[in-house]
Amino acid sequence: MNRRDLLTLSPPPSKQKQDFSHTARTSTGLTPYAGPWTIAEVKHLLRRAMFGAAKADVDYFVNAGFTNTITELLTPGTAPTPPLNTYTSQYNDPNVPFGQTWVTAPSDPNATGLRTKSFKAWWTGLMLNQARTIEEKMTLFLSNHFSTETAVVQDPRYSYKTNALCRQYALGNFKTLTRLISLDPGMLKYLNGYLNTATAPDENYGRELQELFTVGKDPNGVPYYSESDVQQAAKVLTGYRIDNVNITSTFAPNSHDTGNKQFSAFYNNTIITGQSGPNGALELDDLLNMIFATSQVALFICRKLYRYFVYYEIDAAAETNVIVPLASIFRSNNYDILPVLDTLLRSEHFFDVLNRGELIKMPLDVTVAACRDYGVVFPPAATNLVGQYNLWNKLYQQASLMTQTIGDPPNVAGWPAYYQEPDYHELWINSSTLPNRNLFTDTMLLNGYTSSGDNIKIDIVAYTATLTNPVDPNLLIQEVIDRHYSTDVSQTVKDYLKNILLNGQITDNYWSDAWNDYIGAPTNMTYYNIVLTRLRSMFKYIMDLSEFQLS
Amino acid sequence: MKRRRFISALSAATVVPAVLDGFSLKTFAASPLLQALAAATDNDHVLVLIQLSGGNDGLNTVIPLDQYSQLSTARNNILIPSSQVLTLSGSPLTGLHPSMTGLQQLYNNGKVNIVQGVSYPSPNFSHFRATDIWLTASDSAQTLTTGWAGRYLDYEYPNYPAGYPNSTMPDPLALEIGSVVSLGLQGPAVSMGMSITDPTNFYNLINGIQDPAPNTNYGRELTYVREVSQQSQAYASVIIAAANAITSQSPSYPTAGTNSLADQLKIVARLVAGGLKTKIYMVSLGGFDTHSNQVDFANQATGNHADLLSKLSQAVSAFQDDLNYLNVSGRVVGMTFSEFGRRIISNGSYGTDHGAGAPMLFFGDAVQSGILGANPTIPANANVNDNIAMQYDFRSVYSSVLNEWFCVPTTDLSQIMLQNFQLLPIIQTTACDVGVHELNQKAGESLVWNYPNPFTASTYVTFKSTGGHVLLQVFSTEGKLIKTLADGEYPAGTYDAWYENEGHAAGTYYLRLQNEALQQVKNMIVVR
Repeated sequence: MNRRDLLTLSPPPSKQKQDFSHTARTSTGLTPYAGPWTIAEVKHLLRRAMFGAAKADVDYFVNAGFTNTITELLTPGTAPTPPLNTYTSQYNDPNVPFGQTWVTAPSDPNATGLRTKSFKAWWTGLMLNQARTIEEKMTLFLSNHFSTETAVVQDPRYSYKTNALCRQYALGNFKTLTRLISLDPGMLKYLNGYLNTATAPDENYGRELQELFTVGKDPNGVPYYSESDVQQAAKVLTGYRIDNVNITSTFAPNSHDTGNKQFSAFYNNTIITGQSGPNGALELDDLLNMIFATSQVALFICRKLYRYFVYYEIDAAAETNVIVPLASIFRSNNYDILPVLDTLLRSEHFFDVLNRGELIKMPLDVTVAACRDYGVVFPPAATNLVGQYNLWNKLYQQASLMTQTIGDPPNVAGWPAYYQEPDYHELWINSSTLPNRNLFTDTMLLNGYTSSGDNIKIDIVAYTATLTNPVDPNLLIQEVIDRHYSTDVSQTVKDYLKNILLNGQITDNYWSDAWNDYIGAPTNMTYYNIVLTRLRSMFKYIMDLSEFQLS
Repeated sequence: MKRRRFISALSAATVVPAVLDGFSLKTFAASPLLQALAAATDNDHVLVLIQLSGGNDGLNTVIPLDQYSQLSTARNNILIPSSQVLTLSGSPLTGLHPSMTGLQQLYNNGKVNIVQGVSYPSPNFSHFRATDIWLTASDSAQTLTTGWAGRYLDYEYPNYPAGYPNSTMPDPLALEIGSVVSLGLQGPAVSMGMSITDPTNFYNLINGIQDPAPNTNYGRELTYVREVSQQSQAYASVIIAAANAITSQSPSYPTAGTNSLADQLKIVARLVAGGLKTKIYMVSLGGFDTHSNQVDFANQATGNHADLLSKLSQAVSAFQDDLNYLNVSGRVVGMTFSEFGRRIISNGSYGTDHGAGAPMLFFGDAVQSGILGANPTIPANANVNDNIAMQYDFRSVYSSVLNEWFCVPTTDLSQIMLQNFQLLPIIQTTACDVGVHELNQKAGESLVWNYPNPFTASTYVTFKSTGGHVLLQVFSTEGKLIKTLADGEYPAGTYDAWYENEGHAAGTYYLRLQNEALQQVKNMIVVR
């Protein structure tokens, strides 16, 4: 399948970007940050490096200190257990017992849909239960960078494998990952690499490898590489096959184009010498060495990381002070991702107050983050594996309603929020998705989501009880704002929030008494409902305000 | 829909008020059971709920003059001098606080109904809990998570928000003037209301109180999200259009910013007159928690409570004047409520502590003017914890409003109110038009459709009957009757019909279903 026709990488002509050239900007660079280390800084960091900023995580890292925090966030963890068969009640998979994984089982058309659902639920579960590291945020970044779609690949075993590869290399070597992605059976299937032969070349992967995965295009949208480079790269990549039993790729020398491949001036007129027999597979490394020898790869990837972790607009100062030196670090470390992230996340640029709160939350930063921030409890695997997957799937669906469908981005370019000029992140928010975001948080506060009798919802009373001083309405409101908004709000807004808690009364004691009544008799439903109703209203208001959509 | 099954077996035995202490009711008309015979009126009734937050001192609001000597024993330091109490025509033994001249005049013009002694068994004295009881219409010991008005709107518009807005109900079901939607409007799954603070600058509104966006990237993106938020409000345009349709309002309102309740009611009048079909508006006035300095010790007719009642009276009076001015006074009924009244005995700091029963005020062209219930009896030697006796359960009052103003059949009231309550004559019996409810309830539902559509030679038509007579017809766009597909009695259910195009030209045809008071039209398209 040719994905090209789905791509529109240029902005719609009618769209005129508002002029924000006068907006206050920063010229800070990669000098290590040396400012205060409080909830504000940790929240800023975690909301970008993880999903949300759960109170326990924020408190933990405030205590750990700046240096240790970055180090811990960038420490790789262990590979998770693969997705499981929880769909027996819908289809009795003959090859996979209930509770066992299907990722190595034989292909089964009857199970494809259910396994795909399982894959997406499982991935959602990994984000929900992430360790205190950047790995899941980076796995998502890489899965979106090396974008594939389960709906096209048509076999979730492949999609799982591509996903696991991205997770394995979340903090690994980007060049090695690019090599493995080029050989990944899921990607070979998605971009027709397995159909690319000497006699019937298919340029699909050869093009995306350069345009979307490595060198990119210049600021005017003109490719650095030539059309001939696409054809030559495609020839290098001829001969790969998929082993559908072992879900691996193989190399078929007979299908490989053994001729020399001549590249353009952009690649210094490199000639990749054609090789025959099994050695034909060695040409891939020649190709990647040539591509990664250009200066554009590091710049392209660093810009994309910047757009994911900092902000989408890269002004001249950010290009000079952040992107260029980061790219230099990337190349001098032979494309290891970790030093780049380490430098960026430790930088004064990253923590600059002018760079806080400017990221529009991606849908998963609403759905997954809400569950983590408010400690939403899912059914435990030990006693209710089916319920756990069902509710993970519910959460997956909610993000999908906000246009972030993990496993099925719109096309090979991934989500437009990370490439589409000039709107970028603003593409997450429109008159359909914004109400869906509000409906999601409203629902989580009220009835939650239910599947086969299992339910997830925000227990806002229990959450409030974890805060430092919930009995004092002023301190309570301040802490909630500190933890859930990117910036402080005016006294007017705080007064308004207090008005909700006090039900229009003027004395703080009314809230304090109500809270103390509840704490003194937590099983008294009347007391519980009094605080529940007011907290629900206040948090609904907080989450419905536009401020909540920014991190 | 399943809600129909909730009808209690008891609901048929509607209680007709057997004992009515109202001795000055000007009109005491037929029982609600006769309402099926009521003449048809407009079906666009609006209820305005005015919440007096903090617990209003009913005894200093509606003053029982026949109890004056007992009152002077019980609350001498806050007692309104009898000479200053405003008299009510036809009700010599009951008067109003001297600052309520506007309401006095409305009463004397037959536009006010006072319901005495409204409370509930085992009243709660906590602001929060009592407020929740009033908003949810629960028993004292029962906790409900839905509001009474929310349950009514869910009953009337059961599919909301799916399928809304639509042509039958293009407007918000309920609007709260403020930034947070009240528990009173909470439905079983979603809130049935939305809040606005200024209908012309909608942008500022839906976002509630809005801090200015700073001149940073954060401010830039915040502005972007706020703009989308504005655009994505399904109801923004209708509210703005309604507000903009009214360019002139009554000059009776006090200066903007001096009386928040008047400011809120002015918005309500504007939106009602501007054409919104919104059923319920909620507004509020706070500060009634008058433990101390309820009155000025030097002049008991003045002070904090006098100021609050003055605002209430001025606001309601100006609002009613405006509704007349805008020619919509027949559509609107207003109602005040507070989470409780205050104690009979005043305290030493010129105030009163949390009490129980208190009067509720209804106003509007459609109310049965007068006083429902008797003056409270004040004991000669009241104790500090004494409260006035409950005469009416507040849920009786709600039930009556639903029945008499929103025309909910008596058999359905218990679905909303969860029990059966005595019905009281509060609204004039001519107010209700039978059939509106069914129309509203089906507004989000498809009752007739055809498949395939478009079609060439023939198509299946599926239609739903709620019981009774069904007429199903195909019309040309010129209005010519092409075919009658059904004409007869169809018990409640879903039915199929078969339509064969007998040589009519390609194009659009109207498929019209009529089922008793319901009707729905769909387009059928014939192609070659």
